[in-house]
Amino acid sequence: MFHKLLIANRGEIACRVARAARALAARTVAVYSDADERALHVEQCDEAVRVGPAPARESYLDAEKILAAAKRTGAEAIHPGYGFLSEQASFAEACAAAGVVFVGPPPGAMRAIKDKAQARTVMRDAGVPVAPGSEGHVTPDAALDEARALGFPLLVKAAGGGGGIGMQVANDEPELVKALRACADRARASFGRDAVYLERYFPAPRHVEVQVLGDDRLTLHLGARECSIQRRHQKILEEAPATAFELPSPRPQVREKLLHAGLAAARAVGYANAGTCEFLLVGDEVYFIELNARLQVEHPVTEAVTGLDLVQLQIRVAAGERLPIGQDDVKTRGHAIECRVNAEDPVKFFPSPGRIVRFDTPVPADGRFHDGVRIDAGYRAGDTVTPFYDSLLAKLVVHAPTRREAIARLRAALDAFAVEGVKTNLPLHRRVAASDAFARGDLDTRFLEKLA
Amino acid sequence: MIDVPAHITGTVWKIEKKPGDPVSAGDVLVILESMKMEMPVEAPEDGKVSEVRCKEGQPVSEGEVLVVLAK
Repeated sequence: MFHKLLIANRGEIACRVARAARALAARTVAVYSDADERALHVEQCDEAVRVGPAPARESYLDAEKILAAAKRTGAEAIHPGYGFLSEQASFAEACAAAGVVFVGPPPGAMRAIKDKAQARTVMRDAGVPVAPGSEGHVTPDAALDEARALGFPLLVKAAGGGGGIGMQVANDEPELVKALRACADRARASFGRDAVYLERYFPAPRHVEVQVLGDDRLTLHLGARECSIQRRHQKILEEAPATAFELPSPRPQVREKLLHAGLAAARAVGYANAGTCEFLLVGDEVYFIELNARLQVEHPVTEAVTGLDLVQLQIRVAAGERLPIGQDDVKTRGHAIECRVNAEDPVKFFPSPGRIVRFDTPVPADGRFHDGVRIDAGYRAGDTVTPFYDSLLAKLVVHAPTRREAIARLRAALDAFAVEGVKTNLPLHRRVAASDAFARGDLDTRFLEKLA
Repeated sequence: MIDVPAHITGTVWKIEKKPGDPVSAGDVLVILESMKMEMPVEAPEDGKVSEVRCKEGQPVSEGEVLVVLAK
């Protein structure tokens, strides 16, 4: 095991990784920008290194500064969390060259899926069902021909994109021309490259995903999650097991098809460590959309139902240990639901930066379950939420023997959660949790629009 | 004159209009970025851009005037 681990992230996930490292008796090094000097994650680590000014590009995204901090503090490994440097193969390679272990998949697997258009080809060749779309990247001229062959509506996506950024729907040719330009502009500015591709646009699919975990010899799945409740293509509520295969009536064959496709996708690129294969579910068909080569925000719902600590397992695998479990040891118990509590207007979804004056959580925000309720937080009262980073304040996770009981627990926990000083989406979560549609499991990616 | 302020605190991501451009109500004048989200700032009424008071990449606070429109 490592003696010292550097956590190249901030907010709740940096706190989460620190907790796992402590449990494994590893010392922790935080990094922080000028905006985060007094942040919770800095307090929760044994040491902290300033890596630059507030903008992420000059701090959390600066690979050289992060690596230098690891060398200076003698950290043997770097956990990247999610976002920031977590999916940059070049960073993983730079770590290896510097003799520092990157807690994540092998750089080769990261490269194979980094370009999302290329990943589609790899997956299709491996027999994984992918959504109909263009052959690789499209130029504006070729896009019109491809679009005529595929038919509208289509989604224009940035090959280097993610997190809902760099995606545009096109319902006809004039919209496609506009979408291609807008998407390429956004992609160039956000991801440094303007390559785009086309994918069939499904108006109201369900979003399901497979958690995978591997070492250099085994690849396991830890079951499916459902993340259909989204705003602006970003998830706000996730569940495990996936409700899509339980309600209104069980669909075990479709679930098996999904799990099989998830494993096939991971094996196709020689995946190791933790990752998530994301799919759209349309009727009984599943379509691969992407493989996220990192820990997901919503990993706690899988931890709740499997009883496994994914972050500890990530660190142990990175340290060269073999997985202590096989596929037959993975059992799921009960139902878990996670709400992402964001600093944003609950109606318009506008970001809401500011100073938090009250932050009362239903149970202690220590990342552990207390009577089936767990809070992972990146902030506390007195902290300032700045516009520089994402809006996630905390995650509320509930676990109960059945989905019905989990919803009851969720309603009570949401009522006991109070944040003042910044607007949050807690009122939105309360409306979702109280709705009949949610109780029925009648979910798709348009859920929030229909809730209004 | 109509002052068009930033509706959120963030960074100016893109300026879509320049002085002299005619605009209709609802046209996007500036796109702000905050917390990894894009937020368009739209013209509240028809008019003409008389002044752009921000630069791309500039941090702005809620309420700060970004664009001035002439009727």
